[in-house]
Amino acid sequence: MSERFTKGMARNIYYGGGAFFFLLFVALTVDTVTVLPKRENRELLTAEVAHGKEIWEKNNCVGCHSLLGEGAYFAPELGNVFQRRGMENEQVFKAYFSARMKAMPTGVEGRRQMPQFHLKEQEINDLAEFLIWTSRIDTNDWPPNIEG
Amino acid sequence: MKYQSQAVAKPYFAFAMLLFVGQIVFGLILGTQYIIGDFLFPEIPFNVARMVHTNLLIVWLLCGFMGATYYLVPEETQCELYSPKLAWILFWAYAIAGTLTIVGYLSVPYATLAEITYNNILPTMGREFLEQPTITKIGIVIVALGFLFNVGMTILRGRKTVINMVLITGLLGLAVFFLFSFYNPASLTLDKYFWWWVVHLWVEGVWELILGSILAFILIKTTGVDREVVEKWLYLIIAMALISGILGTGHHYFFIGAPEYWLWIGSVFSAVEPLPFFMMMVFAFSMIKQRRREHPNKAAVAWAAGCTIMAFLGAGVWGFLHTLAPVNYYTHGSQITAAHGHLAFFGAYVMIVLAIISYAWPQLQGRLSNSLQAQKVEIASIWVMCVSMLMITLLLTAAGIIQVMQQRMPADGIALGYMATQDLIVPIYWTRLVAGIAFGGGVMLYLYSFVVASRTQADAPALPVSA
Repeated sequence: MSERFTKGMARNIYYGGGAFFFLLFVALTVDTVTVLPKRENRELLTAEVAHGKEIWEKNNCVGCHSLLGEGAYFAPELGNVFQRRGMENEQVFKAYFSARMKAMPTGVEGRRQMPQFHLKEQEINDLAEFLIWTSRIDTNDWPPNIEG
Repeated sequence: MKYQSQAVAKPYFAFAMLLFVGQIVFGLILGTQYIIGDFLFPEIPFNVARMVHTNLLIVWLLCGFMGATYYLVPEETQCELYSPKLAWILFWAYAIAGTLTIVGYLSVPYATLAEITYNNILPTMGREFLEQPTITKIGIVIVALGFLFNVGMTILRGRKTVINMVLITGLLGLAVFFLFSFYNPASLTLDKYFWWWVVHLWVEGVWELILGSILAFILIKTTGVDREVVEKWLYLIIAMALISGILGTGHHYFFIGAPEYWLWIGSVFSAVEPLPFFMMMVFAFSMIKQRRREHPNKAAVAWAAGCTIMAFLGAGVWGFLHTLAPVNYYTHGSQITAAHGHLAFFGAYVMIVLAIISYAWPQLQGRLSNSLQAQKVEIASIWVMCVSMLMITLLLTAAGIIQVMQQRMPADGIALGYMATQDLIVPIYWTRLVAGIAFGGGVMLYLYSFVVASRTQADAPALPVSA
């Protein structure tokens, strides 16, 4: 590197650039946090939905599934499972979901197995509420199609 | 080694390598479960094996960072560590907490683990990579505080070089951003948004500071190039890392509910993220070319140089491949992400930790380097690990392309379902498992180099008496 470009200049770019972009990031974060309630329909975030998220976490669902594309890639995406398996009908989805949760594991030899989590009826309902709420978040039109 | 207290790095390095082996074992289990779905079910379900695989990685890399710090800070500050005793106490606290956590994952269902560790008081569990019980997270914070205190006091007493200042800034950032793991709001989008403040601001932010300073240290020691030159490079590299990486976080905000402007910000800034990795590569190779001494530890130089190439490929090239929003729209959450994750973590962080271990371990044993025979085995192991990790990456990329083409791009009704697509990919998963076993072979070869090193101690160059 040319001698004209000194260590002091490099240091200033580091401190100046790092600080500037971090502050910009904080400012954008403030804006994002302000508009998120609208994009995720926070008024629909009921106690049941919040409880559903706790059940999702407590059973490490994200260890196999992805949710809005994040998580593990061993089992289907669940951000749009309400559309895929419930045809956007809450009654249909809840009936499907409850039956499905109780039927696990399938025990089909050689196939991927989902553990039996022994959830109570209320817990299954709340987990379904959480997935329904999640499916309505404005995700900039992701996923590209119903298969997730 | 020049300072007695550097010896506390030893248990950290040894424990890191032990956990590395464990991580690979669980990686092979996961690779098998992708093919034989019910392999080890219900004893070790996929989610448990994955949690063990990724958490062991994080725990052993942090362990390696701490060992590296304890090794290089006394040399940089030119004084003994503030408290070697504290470093030993923290080692045992960290090792015991880490081991108990992994044992917990493997011995009881996750929901039970959440209950017996009182997760309900402050729920933080069940989020990717942050699966540790809250009590373990608190333990990590305590260890980090003790560690930063110990290192900070040492630096305050001694010489303040750019390397140790950048290193401590990186470590401080690591500790500060980890605090966001305690924030778990009911809103999924808020949760995800700040979850990335831990995950992204770690690996594409402050960890790059740690990586840069360890790399700079190894290069100064092995090439004898003037410190001024190295420090200028280091500042420039980490400047670019932060300038691109901070707003680059936006590439995770495309499809999780955050506003549309992140599509642009995330795409533009993360497109620049390969630059610091490219600079690291140019830096390493130009320092090696300008070297003023021939250090006998060729293996350490090979790790360091290899690290910059593999990090550029994994973090830079494979990151760029899917970081632009229109591309990521189809690849988000596919095996492309897994391909990038594997090569980036291996290239950038696994290799830098193994590089510093390779440089430091012989010196901690009183040798300037290992014997030529031992280095030959070690360098062979670098090649085996790098080539097989590249194979894993290429195969996972192929798997991801199939997912995109079969499951993501076709319209509703024509697109294949998730499991139908997985069935199509099985032959690729088999080949990936073979590459994974080859990687495991590379790890065994690496460990064998330690056996050769201890058998051929007599042939190894001794440390200069003045040291």
